[in-house]
Amino acid sequence: MSFDSFSDFLAMGGHGLYVWLSYAIALFVIVINLVSPVLRKKQLVSELVRRLRREKNAS
Amino acid sequence: MGKLLPWFAIVTAALLVSGIVWALAFAPSDYQQGNSFRIIYIHVPSAILAQSCYMLMAIAGAIGLIWKMKVADMVAKSSAPIGATMALLALVTGAIWGKPTWGSWWVWDARLTSMLILLFLYLGVIALNSAIESEATAAQATAVLALVGLVNIPIIKYSVEWWNTLHQPATFTLTERPAMPAEMWVPLLVMVIGFYCFFAVSLMLRTRNEILHRERRARWVRELIEKQ
Repeated sequence: MSFDSFSDFLAMGGHGLYVWLSYAIALFVIVINLVSPVLRKKQLVSELVRRLRREKNAS
Repeated sequence: MGKLLPWFAIVTAALLVSGIVWALAFAPSDYQQGNSFRIIYIHVPSAILAQSCYMLMAIAGAIGLIWKMKVADMVAKSSAPIGATMALLALVTGAIWGKPTWGSWWVWDARLTSMLILLFLYLGVIALNSAIESEATAAQATAVLALVGLVNIPIIKYSVEWWNTLHQPATFTLTERPAMPAEMWVPLLVMVIGFYCFFAVSLMLRTRNEILHRERRARWVRELIEKQ
């Protein structure tokens, strides 16, 4: 552990804002890149389900 | 691909969580830069990934162009948004790191400028993909753009040697030991591998969506949907 206390850890030797901001943005970018394809898949599948149902009703 | 995905996801989560905890709490602070140096654990992996992803996109585009392989086109298209966000992440964390270290958010330095061009190349590929209606034509056009833009990759790599720049030289090289102590570079290596695994997961998810979309009229997709 390179910090003596939790407040030291948060302060990052006066660079807390820079360090935590960087990590927060990185986390956001990673999560977006994983969540958006999952949501897109749900959307694609529901579109396909709807089309299949339409075709069945028509025939 | 479907069987590999959960394993990649678990490995990615394990590497990124351990890497981030290590980077933030256990790695020693830099004697000159203090704790702002911890931004390196985000900045370097995202910059490396942005360039690797670009090379993958260009190679996949070339394969699609030469052998008319559809999956290669889909991989090329799927890698563009990931690479763009990684280039943006590298630039933003670089700016945040630059402020306490150089005293400025941005300088028109060779490394920074060539990285910005990389971001614009990605945005160009994404825009071209969405502007062209025909999937085959879009794949050809973006492959050509990606291949032309490939010239930027060695420029990024050697920018710190060819020009007088503020940016420090590469942390990792294949031939030499890193200039920093092991307590500093081992977590960085963990983060780099974690970012690559994350890229594999995200790329697989996106490529599968792309396949599902393009094969939406195929019999196997219909059978898959009927099972749901």
